[in-house]
Amino acid sequence: MLAFEEMRKSWWKILSVVCIVYAIIGGLLMPAPDDIGILAKTIRNLHFHVPMWFTMIVLLVVSYIYGIKFLSSNNLAHDTMSSSFVKVSMLFGLMGLATGSFWARFTWGTWWIEDAKLNGAAIGMLIYIAYYILRNSIEDEVKRGKFSSVYNLFAFPLYIVLIIVIPRLAETSLHPASGDTIGFSSLDLDNNLRKVFYLATVGWILLGVWIATLKYRLIELIRKNEKI
Amino acid sequence: MRKYSIILLFVALSAIAQTPVDDLLYQSGKIYVVVSILVIIFAFLAAYLVRLEKKITELEKKTK
Repeated sequence: MLAFEEMRKSWWKILSVVCIVYAIIGGLLMPAPDDIGILAKTIRNLHFHVPMWFTMIVLLVVSYIYGIKFLSSNNLAHDTMSSSFVKVSMLFGLMGLATGSFWARFTWGTWWIEDAKLNGAAIGMLIYIAYYILRNSIEDEVKRGKFSSVYNLFAFPLYIVLIIVIPRLAETSLHPASGDTIGFSSLDLDNNLRKVFYLATVGWILLGVWIATLKYRLIELIRKNEKI
Repeated sequence: MRKYSIILLFVALSAIAQTPVDDLLYQSGKIYVVVSILVIIFAFLAAYLVRLEKKITELEKKTK
């Protein structure tokens, strides 16, 4: 059991769990537009697949900020923060790819398709896999931090262009809200999806931040132990 | 406390088996069973994160 004072400090972690439990229950049981063409009841995947990507983007923004902070401060803790957030964001990206692929199989009829949104997301992931490889190839801590922060500086804008800008500019796409397709907001006239979706997003983003801060604290502990 | 909470969990579960909650779980194509299972899985994951958090906090206090 957490002590009361600890619980007050961790209010956002509790909020995250409450929001996700609400999203699981509400997402499955509350009314939703269950009659939209090939989507049928899979429209409810919206509450789980989309927040994965939102979480990934938020974590990458935090990582970006700490990358810049490291470049101006040379404080290794900032670099640890930056890399931890990238690592956890990759986990969410993988969950986004996996859930998206599975969803596509039972709506579009295929696991993967040549689509600006899908390929953009895949290339975006590769960019951050390269970030890992870059980090692991440099022994010196300060140098590693500098190289990966500068890499991050260019990688993130490119990532946003790949997963948001290019898919929107594409002529055709199957994925909602890219190319010639419409987003969920125009499907949901009676706002039933919104009642779950927004809180689900908040919940998953907070959970991602929680896991990333745990990762950060763990790596910092390991680093301090190595010094002693 | 942890020991007792497990016992309490079993008591609660056996109580569920004989109450109106039991009837509810059989309704609507048993969708409530799916919902419950997802909630249980997430509850375990969240509990695991809380434990991890506590362990890391302890280590941090020791390292300081």
